[in-house]
Amino acid sequence: MNRPYALRHSWFEATARERIAGLVDADSFREIQPPEAATPSPHLALLGMPGAFDDGVIVGRALLENRPVLVAAQEGQFIGGAVGEIHGAKIVGLLRRAVRERPAAVLLLVDSGGVRLHEANAGLIAISEIMRAVLDARAAGVPVLALVGGSCGAFGGMGIVTKLCSAVIMSEEGRLALSGPEVIETVAGVEEFDSKDRALVWRVTGGKHRYLMGDCQTLVEDDLASFRAGAIATLSPEPAPSLAQLQAQQTRLERRLADFASLRDGLQVWARLGIAQPERVPMLERDELVTLKQGVTA
Amino acid sequence: MNLDEILNALFPRGHQVSVDQQVIAGNAETAAGPVLVLGTADAAAIDHRIALTLAARVLDTIARHPRRPIVFLVDTSGQALSRAAELLCLNGSFAHLAQCVDLARRQGHPTLSLVTANAVSGGFLSFGLMADRAYALSDVQVRVMDLKAMARVTKIAHERLLELAASSPIFAPGAENYRRMGAIEAIWPAPSEALLLQALADIAEAGQSDLRMEKGLQRGGRTLAANVAQIADTAGTGV
Repeated sequence: MNRPYALRHSWFEATARERIAGLVDADSFREIQPPEAATPSPHLALLGMPGAFDDGVIVGRALLENRPVLVAAQEGQFIGGAVGEIHGAKIVGLLRRAVRERPAAVLLLVDSGGVRLHEANAGLIAISEIMRAVLDARAAGVPVLALVGGSCGAFGGMGIVTKLCSAVIMSEEGRLALSGPEVIETVAGVEEFDSKDRALVWRVTGGKHRYLMGDCQTLVEDDLASFRAGAIATLSPEPAPSLAQLQAQQTRLERRLADFASLRDGLQVWARLGIAQPERVPMLERDELVTLKQGVTA
Repeated sequence: MNLDEILNALFPRGHQVSVDQQVIAGNAETAAGPVLVLGTADAAAIDHRIALTLAARVLDTIARHPRRPIVFLVDTSGQALSRAAELLCLNGSFAHLAQCVDLARRQGHPTLSLVTANAVSGGFLSFGLMADRAYALSDVQVRVMDLKAMARVTKIAHERLLELAASSPIFAPGAENYRRMGAIEAIWPAPSEALLLQALADIAEAGQSDLRMEKGLQRGGRTLAANVAQIADTAGTGV
């Protein structure tokens, strides 16, 4: 539902703590290892970088419509939400808690460029541990929802983690990919990907494109209350991933690669999907896009 | 060592492993029975095609050969860098491959990866680091980014990074750093059937738990993660 702009509170601009407060039931969040009980990353200190007591991620328990959930929220304003040793271990520990406590869901509020280069090896290994821990939680029957709409998007290893989740909830402003446009531009040239062309970046990595292609299940407005409504609507018990499910996914991804591999812009993909006026997609309101998506299979 | 020499050393009883467009695939004989060999060659940049080709072989083996061990040979320079690949959600294909490897483990296929030359970043995450255990040959390269590029991005002097890398395994390239941090189980001086079979037997015995944090702690290379994860897992919240 499109809420009037005057009533919206932007998820994109909010801090991680504001996002949690707007997402879960009022006053229900209880932080595990709050900042006063934590220490900042010694690895950053060694490099002369300022640290943060929460190391850029907040983890805890909360209620979502009175159902218990576990929450991890990355703070994009701290080193781009990047994953270091402590940051990653907090998320892994939370996911292990989910296997024991069996909450209704784990909510991952992703806002991250991926591995924190200052702790590159520790970050890469931590992301691998998060990947396995997400799948352990899902195998235990706990849905893991990724919410993507922050200023850093979901890139690098956190882009992979996001796609390992049971479902992805995105705003139009959210971006989800592996390599950031800046990295591709640096290595392959501005002709390959002009990272300054914001409209192009969103047509390739943004929430509307991911939603039309089925890479994100729920599209919401850039609004705390809309993310909350989206999480509630998306949350449902799920069976553990099975061979049949992965075989179906394999078939879908192979067919998609065969159909679309030569394309380089969302506009081309949307035209190929049979959308009559693809150039209008960026202008559509969220509800109009959801209507448009019905009748499109990617 | 080239790939043929590595394959012959690992599988002296014979193999039907071949390389097609940088994708390694085929079955091999061992004293403990047949294994599936999969991987990438020549520092492959992993794209949708490679990820989906590997995933298809993993799914096929789960369906047709219950509990057959899977050996991944890792030589990747990372993910393919292109707009077309990102347009089709390359992270989604990587996640799909990782899920297939994960399902194989859960269904009782012992999985092992062996870094034969390069293991870089996202390419390593999608299958090498999803195996039960990762091993490396000596003189291989394991990294996220080389130190010169890291110096540019972090704006920390290259000399300073070199100096710190001498004492900390946290950011500098190198298989030994990953071993000390618990992500690589062991570094093999040379590939052999004996080492492979011992590793597969160890994996079959060890069970499913991800113990890399504990190993990083024991080996002194990653001393914070295990404790932090333990707190996030078990500490009370005052509710």
